[in-house]
Amino acid sequence: MAKYAAPGQPGSVVTYRDRYDHFIGGEYVPPTKGQYFANPTPVTGEDFTEIARGTAEDVDLALDAAHGASRAWGKTSVAERANVLNKIADRIEANLEVLAVAETWDNGKAVRETLAADLPLAVDHFRYFAGALRAQEGGISQIDEDLVAYHLHEPLGVVAQIIPWNFPILMAVWKLAPALAAGNAVVLKPAEQTPASIHVLMELIADLVPPGVLNIVNGFGVEAGKPLASSRRVAKVAFTGETTTGRLIMQYASENIIPVTLELGGKSPNVFFSDVASQRDAFYDKALEGFTMFALNQGEVCTCPSRALVQSDIYDGFMGDAVERTRAIKQGHPLDTETMMGAQASNDQLEKIMSYIDIGKQEGARVLTGGERADLGGELSGGYYVTPTIFEGDNKMRIFQEEIFGPVVSVTQFSDYDDAMKTANDTLYGLGAGVWSRDGSVAYRAGRDIQAGRVWVNNYHAYPAHAAFGGYKQSGIGRENHKMMLDHYQQTKNLLVSYSPNALGFF
Amino acid sequence: MPRVALTPEAADVLRGLRADHGDLMFHQSGGCCDGSAPMCYLAGEFRTGSSDVHLGDLAVDDFVIPVWMSAAQFEYWSHTHLTIDVVPGRGSGFSLEAPLGIRFLVRSRLLTDGELQGGDR
Repeated sequence: MAKYAAPGQPGSVVTYRDRYDHFIGGEYVPPTKGQYFANPTPVTGEDFTEIARGTAEDVDLALDAAHGASRAWGKTSVAERANVLNKIADRIEANLEVLAVAETWDNGKAVRETLAADLPLAVDHFRYFAGALRAQEGGISQIDEDLVAYHLHEPLGVVAQIIPWNFPILMAVWKLAPALAAGNAVVLKPAEQTPASIHVLMELIADLVPPGVLNIVNGFGVEAGKPLASSRRVAKVAFTGETTTGRLIMQYASENIIPVTLELGGKSPNVFFSDVASQRDAFYDKALEGFTMFALNQGEVCTCPSRALVQSDIYDGFMGDAVERTRAIKQGHPLDTETMMGAQASNDQLEKIMSYIDIGKQEGARVLTGGERADLGGELSGGYYVTPTIFEGDNKMRIFQEEIFGPVVSVTQFSDYDDAMKTANDTLYGLGAGVWSRDGSVAYRAGRDIQAGRVWVNNYHAYPAHAAFGGYKQSGIGRENHKMMLDHYQQTKNLLVSYSPNALGFF
Repeated sequence: MPRVALTPEAADVLRGLRADHGDLMFHQSGGCCDGSAPMCYLAGEFRTGSSDVHLGDLAVDDFVIPVWMSAAQFEYWSHTHLTIDVVPGRGSGFSLEAPLGIRFLVRSRLLTDGELQGGDR
């Protein structure tokens, strides 16, 4: 075990600056209006740096820089761009601990996760898109003897990306890697709850990316996000967040007739068929861990398995074991490598989770464990901690229908396969789902019948590059984490070429 | 039947936002991240349509703030009464109050049988 020193303390692997400006045109630029906002760490609730409070003027400067750079960047060879992505990956890998600790301090999540998941996945994501770009092919179609259609990929130009706060670096990388690979220049706005860690990354990679190709404008949604998303000078908007803002971004995009990709969350069912408990073996143990995955990243994952559906004939025994497994989750200082679950990302997130625990109790759901704000003592008393919580109730309750985005799972029973599918699909969303069964045929059918873009079968919360990730229903539009995302950042150019020397004879 | 209400603290924030920006509206979000947060916009900024339900109007002094929710979400929320409160925080989304270091938050209670029977929906 080890505990990392907090940023700014003696022995820390990372030191945050006192202030971060916007990164525009390859350098740090102060905000036009000169305003900054304080950024607290969720670990203790104390402010640790201040961040530029961007406005439309700053967005315009960033768009100027991006437009100045996009043409040349789009004309670089695929090998050149792939090399830049690979160098970024190498730089992140060489500074993995620095970035992991920075991410934990900004977001509150346990350093165990940033070390093992967030940052290694970010490294791999850049490498994946470097490879996917090199291997991407256009198309040649012979329409007839003398007429050939050539299909070529071209970048969109300048794209806007608005990043969520649950995986501040990894979600930025999910969007940046395909956009940069495809030859676009980017203006990126980090979430105002977690605006700092991306700058630790930016400073590490600034020399690798041509000036203007990657620009970061900080600030609040209404002051910086809105002018960016509604700008006539962006060719596409990518957003991860919630439905109302997703609709608003689509509305702005409709005014400019540009595409969007949206990832708007879910209420993912995790379905346990009775044969899971037919033996007390490694697979049963794995299934219990799969249940407990609702606590990963403090539940702040769009695909959090926040609804567990357990077949009635194993319900009592399985839930007994599941409660025990959940109670074994170790909360503590997020910079301690033994800590399994860290802090919620912000005070308002904590308040929201507590408001859901309140309505869950009012609706008659039973708390099997947790259900409280956790006071971890000492400097952590000011941080935002919640105990892992299991509710037992009915799928019509609001705690079964809304993504609480906290370490809260709502559990219900099902009688048979059809009942399981009915409950699993009784939701507005369709981003993720889990299916657990020893019977491959049941698992396959359930995976196909659940209306969700990603169904984990006998595993959960794996996010490897080259497995497409995106939503059905109200969970959004587009597929990230896969080479098909290159298409979302590219135009298709068709050259239709006639090799015939003869006139058609029409005129 | 009233489905929405305001805390006095939230009403104070709305007075300030109206003075700074003009007429306002709420649209209740769903989904991830800041999903479940009531989003406060300039009136008309967010286009409502046939997929939305008008939950009610909040009166603050002499002005009125309509509250909306998507009809699909309303099907799952229709048995609850919502009170818009405000807490310190850093909400994202494009809601107008976020730069003030505060965030609107919905607090819910079950509608009573009497309210539901006398209901207009």
